[in-house]
Amino acid sequence: MERLVTLIPLFPLAGFLYITFLSKGLSRSFVGTVGAGAILLSFVASVLVFSTQLHGEPVVVKVFDWITAGSFEVDFAFLVDPLSTIYLLFITGVAFLIHVYSAGYMHDDEGFNRFFAYLNLFVFFMLILVLGDSYLTMFVGWEGVGLCSYMLIGFWYKDMRNNDAAKKAFIVNRIGDLGFILGMVLVFIYCGTLSFGELYIMDTAISGLHGEVATAAAILLFVGAMGKSAQIPLHTWLPDAMAGPTPVSALIHAATMVTAGIYMVARSSQLFQMSETASAVVVIAGLLTSLLGATIALTQNDIKKVLAYSTVSQLGFMFVALGMGAYTIAVFHVITHAFFKALLFLGSGSVIHAMGGEQDIRRMGGLKSHMPVTYWTFLIGTIAICGIFPFAGFFSKDQILAHALEHNIPVFALLMLASMGTAFYMFRMFYLTFHGHFRGSHEQEHHLHESPRVMTIPLVVLAVLSTVGGFIGFPHAIGESIGIHHWLDHFLENTVVMSYSTLSAGSEVILAVVAMAAAAVMIWYAFSVYVKKGTRALEDDEVESQAHRLLANKYWFDELYDATIRRPADALSGWLSRLVEPRMIDGAVEGSGRLTRWSGEAVRTIQNGSLTTYLLAIIAGVILMLIWLN
Amino acid sequence: MITEYLFWFLAFVSVFGGVATILSRNPVHSVLYLILTFFAIAGHYLLLNAQFLAAVHVIVYAGAIMVLFLYVIMMLNLNRLDAEKRTLIGKVTSAVSAGLLLLVMVGVARGGSEAGEAPAESIDAGLVENLGQVLYRDFLLPFEMASVLFLGAMVGAVFLSKKELNS
Amino acid sequence: MELIPGVTTEHYLVLSLILFCLGIFGILYRRNAILMFMCVELMLNASNLALVAFSRMWGDTGGQVFVFFIMVVAAAEVAVGLAILMLLYRNMGTTQTDVLNKMKW
Repeated sequence: MERLVTLIPLFPLAGFLYITFLSKGLSRSFVGTVGAGAILLSFVASVLVFSTQLHGEPVVVKVFDWITAGSFEVDFAFLVDPLSTIYLLFITGVAFLIHVYSAGYMHDDEGFNRFFAYLNLFVFFMLILVLGDSYLTMFVGWEGVGLCSYMLIGFWYKDMRNNDAAKKAFIVNRIGDLGFILGMVLVFIYCGTLSFGELYIMDTAISGLHGEVATAAAILLFVGAMGKSAQIPLHTWLPDAMAGPTPVSALIHAATMVTAGIYMVARSSQLFQMSETASAVVVIAGLLTSLLGATIALTQNDIKKVLAYSTVSQLGFMFVALGMGAYTIAVFHVITHAFFKALLFLGSGSVIHAMGGEQDIRRMGGLKSHMPVTYWTFLIGTIAICGIFPFAGFFSKDQILAHALEHNIPVFALLMLASMGTAFYMFRMFYLTFHGHFRGSHEQEHHLHESPRVMTIPLVVLAVLSTVGGFIGFPHAIGESIGIHHWLDHFLENTVVMSYSTLSAGSEVILAVVAMAAAAVMIWYAFSVYVKKGTRALEDDEVESQAHRLLANKYWFDELYDATIRRPADALSGWLSRLVEPRMIDGAVEGSGRLTRWSGEAVRTIQNGSLTTYLLAIIAGVILMLIWLN
Repeated sequence: MITEYLFWFLAFVSVFGGVATILSRNPVHSVLYLILTFFAIAGHYLLLNAQFLAAVHVIVYAGAIMVLFLYVIMMLNLNRLDAEKRTLIGKVTSAVSAGLLLLVMVGVARGGSEAGEAPAESIDAGLVENLGQVLYRDFLLPFEMASVLFLGAMVGAVFLSKKELNS
Repeated sequence: MELIPGVTTEHYLVLSLILFCLGIFGILYRRNAILMFMCVELMLNASNLALVAFSRMWGDTGGQVFVFFIMVVAAAEVAVGLAILMLLYRNMGTTQTDVLNKMKW
């Protein structure tokens, strides 16, 4: 099995190397097959590894000695335990489907090979991130996926805006990474190791941390998670990241990479459990993010932006769950979210494909009849994210709400609000896109078509997963009364800190019904506004109400950062370039040159060409040396 | 003791030769005085039981090198010393610095020459036979290298003396 | 210790130092390259004398072998050096070092 584990990340790496260096002149379908095949092999290996973990013990697989410097020793090792294997499973699974989809979606793109190379590299790093046995190994994957994300956001590099978005993502992530690094340093200083096995699983070296230091370490690590998982105040990069190709948005910016932060916090559950403050910070950040995402999404008109803010909001939900100690529920939501959000993104990709690149839902409408498969699968995804039984989103979201209800009523109320907002904006988008009449140009209407099989099959598979995926985590209270286990909780029992809901079966049912009723009301409201009355979304210059404008401009976050960070930084660098650069730095550089030249001028007169002088100097030297030595 | 007198005599001759070499106006005289010094030094070698070295010294220095000097001086026609401009300061400086160096060196040599007991006496260390043993056994490689050096010097001298260097 | 009856190592050492410093004085005093060259020979011989005295002192042939090699080097040096001086004279018309001071800054 140990060999098998090391193989899992090697397949995508091999795929990346092959496509990068040897794919010249090969046909696109072949390259696509190689790319997707590498992931498929990885998936198969993951399934096999996963099956050993169903009843096995966690295993650390050492690959090689990585860093040995004094007392600082880090092995490059993989940790195979239930948490990492379940991540492996859905990462490789979803990534495989998205690779297949990409083969169709990117078929006419000139960067086809490059795209698959990047995607494979991304999967490689993502697997390193998840498999790594230490924070440091995880950090390698962490940075690697950040790099791939950067390259893929800026994939269509000929448009400057895409490059800007890529840079933004990279730089904002770097802020979070600093927190991650500092957190690692703290953990190492107090615990003497960075290995998950020694910290959490085999041993509990983490107990070396306590009190305020534990709080500091947890918050610093959480800052890293904030950057990667787009939490307030570092969320601004994710919506802009939609500049990349749609499969990238689906894979990296919805299903896998952005959930790395959740993975990291879940991994460190014992650390976060030590600190009430850190957990509270996580809850607050998550709550604010989920509300912010949900409200901004209400007014967005770009189909991918709506989904991006929805992702931000859902990530907030997950962090709320983490902060409340419901680590397994957060992981559960990650998985279901990966299914339905990947589905939604791929569906939107299919729509964009049909619309010839158009992303504005104000120019769509009535696509239902033109692309039935996309329509139905998209509908399933939308219902799933709104949390309607029995679709996947229901189970995970409902349990997050149940935990909130138990712990903190205000948090529950705000989450309910965000959840209702979700239902509204998702169906707003859905209705505007697929119902009503077509609002685009005549040419686009003529061009409308259902996507090819290679794109619709992944949609169908993901739709099925979004439908049944929730059953791996059936709520405890209800489950026990009808004899269905919460399989996921059970599976992760020994890996992360558990927190069981104590709600009775009756109150669970009531909660579920209330939540669904709220969602249903919002869906009905959206239906009445956008389908019955046929209201159209406002054009940008028609927006009048202040509240709407605030939301449409994303709470002015970008402008705020621009004013508080970018401008002062610009001013500072301008000042530096005008004063410090020419005076001090150039002065120092040129000054040293001038000094050398001047001293050379001064010293060269000694060399007067007269042998006698030289000899006299030698004699003086010898005399001095002899006196010195005696 | 006769050897002591001999030493003083030879020492006087060698120093006198050296001074005269330097102070002579005529370069040819300088050469001749230097040859005198070399003979005195050869005498010292004999006193020190280095007979072979004394012979080689006379042959190489007096016989070869100084003849070469003489030959060059004659070739360049340096009989009459063309205006060697020497200032008083120059003379004093050279005398003072050389004297100072001598003082310091002698001081150092006397201070440090507390040589221990005499080693196993080997009076005949300077005999051709013994020198040959050492030279051809322990110093064979340097010896051969010296011959290569000579060859190089010869080629260099010939090459430098050629009239048309550029061709 | 006495190398030969009545004469110690120190005598020879001082003599060789006197000869050596005479050589140096000569180089400083004369301005003619050929004469300076001769003074260099004088210095070499001074050191040879010291080496032979040491060889005698320790009863070791090594010192004399050294002298032998110094002679070799001196001979080679004179051959090349005088050739250079000839060339110099041919091109510059003099061997006075205070005229030949072109190699400066």
